[in-house]
Amino acid sequence: MIKREVYQSLGLTDNEYSKIESIMGREPSSTELAMFSVEWSEHCGYPRSRALLKNFPKDGKYPGMVGEDSGGFIYDDIAIIFKMESHNHPSQVEPRQGAATGVGGIIRDIFTAGAKPIASLDSLRFGPLTEPYNRYLLKGVVDGIAFYGNCLGVPTVGGEVYFDESYSGNCLVNAMSIGICHKDKLARAKAVGTGNSIMYVGSSTGKDGIGGCSVLASAEFCEGEEKRPTVQIGDPFTEKCLIEATLEMLDTGCVLGIKDMGAAGLTCSSAEMAHAGEVGMEIDLDKVPLREANMEAYEIMMSESQERMLVCVKKGEEAKVEAIFKKWDLHGVVIGHVTDDKKLRVKYQGKVVADINTEALAQAPLYHMPDKKPDYLDGLHAFDFKSLPEPKDYNEVLLKLLASPSIASKEWVYEQYDHMVQTNTVVLPGSDASVLRVKGKKWGLGATTDCNSRYCYLNPYTGAQIAVAEAARNLVCSGVDPAAVTDCLNFGNPEKPDRYYYFKNCVQGIIDACKSFNIAVISGNVSFYNESPKGAINPTPGIGMVGILPNIEKRCTQYFKNEGDVILLLGETKDELGGSEYLKVIHGKVVGDCPALDLEKEKALQKTVYDAIQQGLLSSAHDCSEGGLAVALAESCISNKDKIIGVNIHLSFDIGHLSLRKDAYLFGESQSRIIVSCSKDKIAKVEALAKANKVPCQAIGKVGGDALVIGELINLKLEKMADVWRNSIADCLG
Amino acid sequence: MKFGVVVFPGSNCDQDCFHVIQDVLKQSVEYIWHKTTSVDGFDCLIIPGGFSYGDYLRCGAIARFSPIMELVIKFANKGGLVIGICNGFQVLLEAGLLPGAMMRNTNLHFICKYVDLKVDSTETPFSSEYKKGQVIRIPIAHNEGNYYIDEKGLAELKKNDQIIFRYVTNPNGAMDDIAGIVNKERNVLGMMPHPERSSEDALGSHDGKLIFEGIVKWLQTSPRLVDTRHPSPSSMERGMNPPKAEKGVRND
Repeated sequence: MIKREVYQSLGLTDNEYSKIESIMGREPSSTELAMFSVEWSEHCGYPRSRALLKNFPKDGKYPGMVGEDSGGFIYDDIAIIFKMESHNHPSQVEPRQGAATGVGGIIRDIFTAGAKPIASLDSLRFGPLTEPYNRYLLKGVVDGIAFYGNCLGVPTVGGEVYFDESYSGNCLVNAMSIGICHKDKLARAKAVGTGNSIMYVGSSTGKDGIGGCSVLASAEFCEGEEKRPTVQIGDPFTEKCLIEATLEMLDTGCVLGIKDMGAAGLTCSSAEMAHAGEVGMEIDLDKVPLREANMEAYEIMMSESQERMLVCVKKGEEAKVEAIFKKWDLHGVVIGHVTDDKKLRVKYQGKVVADINTEALAQAPLYHMPDKKPDYLDGLHAFDFKSLPEPKDYNEVLLKLLASPSIASKEWVYEQYDHMVQTNTVVLPGSDASVLRVKGKKWGLGATTDCNSRYCYLNPYTGAQIAVAEAARNLVCSGVDPAAVTDCLNFGNPEKPDRYYYFKNCVQGIIDACKSFNIAVISGNVSFYNESPKGAINPTPGIGMVGILPNIEKRCTQYFKNEGDVILLLGETKDELGGSEYLKVIHGKVVGDCPALDLEKEKALQKTVYDAIQQGLLSSAHDCSEGGLAVALAESCISNKDKIIGVNIHLSFDIGHLSLRKDAYLFGESQSRIIVSCSKDKIAKVEALAKANKVPCQAIGKVGGDALVIGELINLKLEKMADVWRNSIADCLG
Repeated sequence: MKFGVVVFPGSNCDQDCFHVIQDVLKQSVEYIWHKTTSVDGFDCLIIPGGFSYGDYLRCGAIARFSPIMELVIKFANKGGLVIGICNGFQVLLEAGLLPGAMMRNTNLHFICKYVDLKVDSTETPFSSEYKKGQVIRIPIAHNEGNYYIDEKGLAELKKNDQIIFRYVTNPNGAMDDIAGIVNKERNVLGMMPHPERSSEDALGSHDGKLIFEGIVKWLQTSPRLVDTRHPSPSSMERGMNPPKAEKGVRND
């Protein structure tokens, strides 16, 4: 008789257990119970989020493809496959291995689709660096990403790093990977054709990571809990060989389906491959290569040992696969075959240890969760900004903002990542988006990840829309046309109505914004239960966006280039300070509403800048985000390591901004604004484009000199700003 | 003229080197799997960067025992051109084809960035296209690039003009700012920076391409390798010392 504690320890509720018994018509074996627990967990079955996720647009101006494990879009004759996934809880417990295996897992999702991984991005969030554990986490996570990604030879080209109190006790590590292949060479995660072989390839199976997804990823952190054994251990060298062997195997044409053994290992991969192909499968665990003797059947099924795949191979072609994996010193063994009864039958030591209908496993419960707007939101929105004093020394404010770790240069992070291997990175990290060429093509790809979670905390619907808009804006500033989105939705406990309110509204914000931009959401991931005893994290719907740069020669960067170029501000600056970094860093407040977003105005702005770049009119383009206009200008001056260059901005509070506060003008984070620079002879053309799109356009100053000068308010030497901005994170880490 | 790019399990800059030789220089090039039993017909071998065997134990320490390395050593001892880049440099050190050893970067981090290098000697097939003292821009990407050699060895390197590239600003603690060296016979180059990453303007610099162009020119003007245990006149003219007949041994 299965005891209550047993299924509860696997994360199943009383109701879920009775449902399993009634589906099975008998008491499940321990292996079967374990299999249900992972397939029905939030990590695999999405019981608490599916209902909302189905509304994401699956298609857009670029034809979207939603696959089993990842998705993408097609451009020219190339499929561009990408996905972002969380590895938050493992990283909080063991930052180096947690982050490393996060990178390894997402990259496997890409090459199992038949695509060669060409780039990674990482969106990281930690508590303030004033706390020693957060410093340990940042160092460990960056070290883990470098340890794993560098060895693989997949460049880590971008991402973001934010710091906020809400992540103390629950950091976020969201890894994104991008791959490409010929559009006819995509592989599917299906088992097909009765009698075909099921092969296990890659590394051997050990006891690491058992229960990683059902237990670790699907519950809140409680103080003092020991969860380390649930974290997997990564071996990037094996993964590198696995990538090469897998791509070589896929080239032979003998593979019918392939799936990574990620969350819940062999359980998920076998059940989901059989279900996707509407077939059955029989596997023999005695054939699975094991790292240690005496493993129980459920341990073999649940192990999250890394660097393993399950492959459906045409009968008679097994020797080819074996030979390829042998060449790379990896396992390649037949462990079973496809059957026609839609049942997953697992044998071990002569006994049937599981015999489950795959449809039952895939029938994760669907919960409609109650949601309730948090009581505090109206109070935060009602904050009276008149009570806020304007600063006396604007130079000091700007320096403090440049030193704020969320704004400061992320060089300390990205210089530890190999961001150049594969020799495609034509815009290196440090600009608005990373740009990659595709060898043999005129066009290239741009990629970015974005989310301001403080905005989402203050206003989940608009905040999530801003995340989409900002990602698109970052691409456009690089000359890239936004094409498709992957999302990584990090939230607190969905069983708490105020947390679910955030989830529901953020998802709706993403849906509406993507529809407005006419881009598909092609893949994604949900990470709930991001809570520590201090409370939930800020709602963090991370947006990973990829787009097309039609001609890589037209790529644009954020840095000012030429003395004498004129600086134009496109877009409208409003009296908005709510949710700003300025408010947090200088006044210690997170209040107000997030900045307003008008998607029509945003699109008009993006069209203007995109067209201007394609016509070769601009020397630089940079969007205004955290820290507002002043920080954006400073970054355009100092973020090019090879050449820093000053600007002189004349202030114009009197023209159309009579009611604007000075601090809101300089540091407010009004959306839909881009700073561009161009030579004098191009101004008229840029202005004409702006006018045609009804975008406010104002010449605000000139490039040149060795200081950032903004009217009478700011006058800072470039070296001083660059020193503060470049070294802040390293200094915080001591 | 044919280039060969050696591939160990874990090599990850092999395709980048291949691309530069084939698509930028328009020369013939093939991959050489580490279990290959012959390197006949190749004129220049490239040991690429990456993490051969995961860099487990010590960078290059396992690759050094791979079957291909016996062939590389013989090839080098016959006067064949060998260039080891990053991990390839580490492999050449472990194999004893070049003197010295690598330690971890002084900041204990992996460092990936563009650096400036000063060309200290142009008297090699690899650096003949530069001017002596020229400053070039080539990126580094390594965890263990902190070159070490004992005093006697360093004096030897200097005496024989074996230091080819030096960092303008030392990023990793390397002794005497050393970024790249050749053997005494000047036909084996090891360097930590990645010239294959800076061979096209789209990537921010084409300074690295001159190394490969130098090799091509040298091969075009030198007789092909038949049995070059005796130095060819042209290689003498270009500052090449007679190649050693014995197997490469560590001289540090």
